Amino acid sequence: MSTLVSLARAQAVDVGRAQPVATVRHVHLSGRPMMFVPLALAGEACAPLAAMVGDHPRAPQLLVVTQPRNRTQRFGFAAELADIVVPYIEGYLGDVEILPGSGRREPRTRCADAPQILMPNRAGVSFARLLGRSTRFRRAEGDYAVPATVPVLGRWLTFLAERAEYPGSCLMLAATDMLTMHWATGQSPVEDLNLAALLGWIDPPDGRTGPEAALAAEDPVRWPPAGPATDPTFDNEVLARLIAAGNQAAASGDDRAERRARVALEQALASQLAPTWRLLWRAADLLRGLPPGGHVAARWDADKDAVTWHAGQLRDGGPPQPRRDSAVTAARRLARLERVQAACAAQRAFDDPLVMAEHRLTGEAFAGEVVAVEPGRLDTSGRRAKLRPRVTVRTWDPVLVDEGAALISPARPRQDARVVSVANAADGQPAQVVLELAGGMGHGRTAPAGTIPEVGDFDCYATFSDGYQPPPAFPELEQTPWTHGGPPVPYQPVPYQPTDEEAQEEWS
Amino acid sequence: MAGQSQFAITRGNAFEAQVKANGCAELLTLLREHLSLPIREASYDNLDEVGGNTSREVRHARTRRLLARAAQSGDDAGTLFDHPLLCLRVGGRPAYLEPDLIAFQLSGRFHVTEIKSFSVIDGQADGDKVAAAVIQSAVYVLAMRDLLAEMGIGPESVADQVVLVCPENFSNRPSAALLDVRKQMTVLRRQLSRLRRIDSLVDVLPPGLTFDLELDRAGVPRRLPAAVAGAVRSVDARYAPECLANCEMCFFCRDEAAGTTSALGRATRDDLGGIEHVATVLHLARGAGQPADDQAEVAQLLRTAARLRAECLGEAV
Repeated sequence: MSTLVSLARAQAVDVGRAQPVATVRHVHLSGRPMMFVPLALAGEACAPLAAMVGDHPRAPQLLVVTQPRNRTQRFGFAAELADIVVPYIEGYLGDVEILPGSGRREPRTRCADAPQILMPNRAGVSFARLLGRSTRFRRAEGDYAVPATVPVLGRWLTFLAERAEYPGSCLMLAATDMLTMHWATGQSPVEDLNLAALLGWIDPPDGRTGPEAALAAEDPVRWPPAGPATDPTFDNEVLARLIAAGNQAAASGDDRAERRARVALEQALASQLAPTWRLLWRAADLLRGLPPGGHVAARWDADKDAVTWHAGQLRDGGPPQPRRDSAVTAARRLARLERVQAACAAQRAFDDPLVMAEHRLTGEAFAGEVVAVEPGRLDTSGRRAKLRPRVTVRTWDPVLVDEGAALISPARPRQDARVVSVANAADGQPAQVVLELAGGMGHGRTAPAGTIPEVGDFDCYATFSDGYQPPPAFPELEQTPWTHGGPPVPYQPVPYQPTDEEAQEEWS
Repeated sequence: MAGQSQFAITRGNAFEAQVKANGCAELLTLLREHLSLPIREASYDNLDEVGGNTSREVRHARTRRLLARAAQSGDDAGTLFDHPLLCLRVGGRPAYLEPDLIAFQLSGRFHVTEIKSFSVIDGQADGDKVAAAVIQSAVYVLAMRDLLAEMGIGPESVADQVVLVCPENFSNRPSAALLDVRKQMTVLRRQLSRLRRIDSLVDVLPPGLTFDLELDRAGVPRRLPAAVAGAVRSVDARYAPECLANCEMCFFCRDEAAGTTSALGRATRDDLGGIEHVATVLHLARGAGQPADDQAEVAQLLRTAARLRAECLGEAV
């Protein structure tokens, strides 16, 4: 967080309503996202209890496990979920777009669009990751066979949950994360994890203030938890009774009694899921009201690349994701996460003045009025004269840059701006910064209009950019040093088959 | 706080019972094979009750007796103590503690063993849950060492590594890991030494303060709720949003803390220069009035922040 966001929280308390911390939408929203609200049985590592899932607000599909400790029913749940999620994902794999090659790069194809799964909160994403882990090694034949779609679902869920860790990736998102990225509430981040309370602050019902709506949202009877954990009182007073009744009916062999018990359980669980289902769609609608940021499409392209790559892995019979990354894979992944994080933070600031303001407050950027420009200034110190226009910017922001620092303006990301001199703010006068510009101005003797700022423009300069950072060098897998366990054992046989132990792993 | 789900309680109890069944047979196998502890055979003492007596004093006394005997015998035989009752002085008052199990083993050291029902999946478990289990075990190690010290037995007789037993992956099969609790013990010791005696804390409260509900014979409170609330309010609370996860008084204290920056979380409070009230923050951000000397710097920051927000959102400053 930053002081700017914290001030927004304080303002939200004062006004009684969430305050914006972004002026554009920093996430991609699919035209047809799939919403997934899972519930798990308390106390178990990953025992699905129920889920509401679907890609249309008025057509949620309800999945229910009547005996959550029953292994067969768990795989039944996984298979039902796979029948919904896998076709949804595969529906995006057929349409491809062709990317022209450039230089040494060959032309290539990738999915024209990608699937997007939205979940209520991060705990939901963790549940998807665990469900992926417990299903991706299963086999469709032999002992403990499962429907062939189950391991496919497991691999996709694993892929999506892993992608969710990448900043800026939008293939699988938690609604609470999306909302807090754009609004600050007058409550704590801990309380923001409650989707109903968070939306209460952002979009309270008519006649209610944010805090009133948030308080009402804490009543688990009216607003059941958004899962995967259920309300303990619901467990003790409703669920336990209904599951016991179902077991009893099953034991009695009375079909009608069994059906009645099942319907009662389905109704109870649907009542726990439906409010969150509606909240999830409302969250998406609220975000859709914001215009997308400039880099959102580029980040979605990266997501499409990732989906294309993973679909290729599945098609070519590649192995499922290992239980744990090898040392080299883990190091590569961490380095990539760090680079993506830095690039995404810079992109968000470049796309959104309100995010840039956080950096202006800390002195990592400044902005102000251009008061002087020398568009035709030439640097004649070298053998050939070079066009090096200078601009003077007046700013009230704290300026912490030194002479010689290289800066970037979000308005002209391909142009370098070097600090020539800084006159700090004093005696009620703003600070003045003189900058020398290079690049992005064509080859003429003066800079064409539009390639440099004009007097009176409002201009911003940042000490960071989202420019390409070459990845650090890591050894090949076969060259893993002994300090990191040596080269990992390759999957055998190829094409990969899970070991018996993996395929038949207990799930109790 | 709605309490715990019976499904979670059932699973926790079932797992503990499974690990401890038949004189901790599964646990012993685990300690031998997984942790390579050289235990040949082990006797088993259940300290849940003493001859049908479940009073804490009696159980604690028997725990003391048995642990002392085991520590002094130098016997090669390992002994497992199920649910011993330990005692730790907190703020000058005794607090009784009940570890799941203490294993005594060959190398002459007690190992505190904690059984938890959260899963370890591919060698990884929920970090918060592990941290909580480690702190809990550290308290037991501390209490054990205090108990033995009273009998002149040195602290080295209790290992500063504890055994954590959890279900493995998605199964009910137990797995064990040794966890070092030295760091947590240092923290705990410091915290305990800084805790003032409860008597001296009570002294500063208003005289005549009581939280008594004045129950009648049928157990129905006769005291007015407003009176009880008033009494509770007269005691200072230090609310933080983390309280929501583990205290039944949290909503009361949150209500009391409304309008403070700590109610928005520690990070927010720190970002806002540690200023206590939201109203003060906004007052300074508007540039109204002269800030106190120690607030000059944060006032400047807040004014700039307010100007930037207004500028970006197109509002008048």
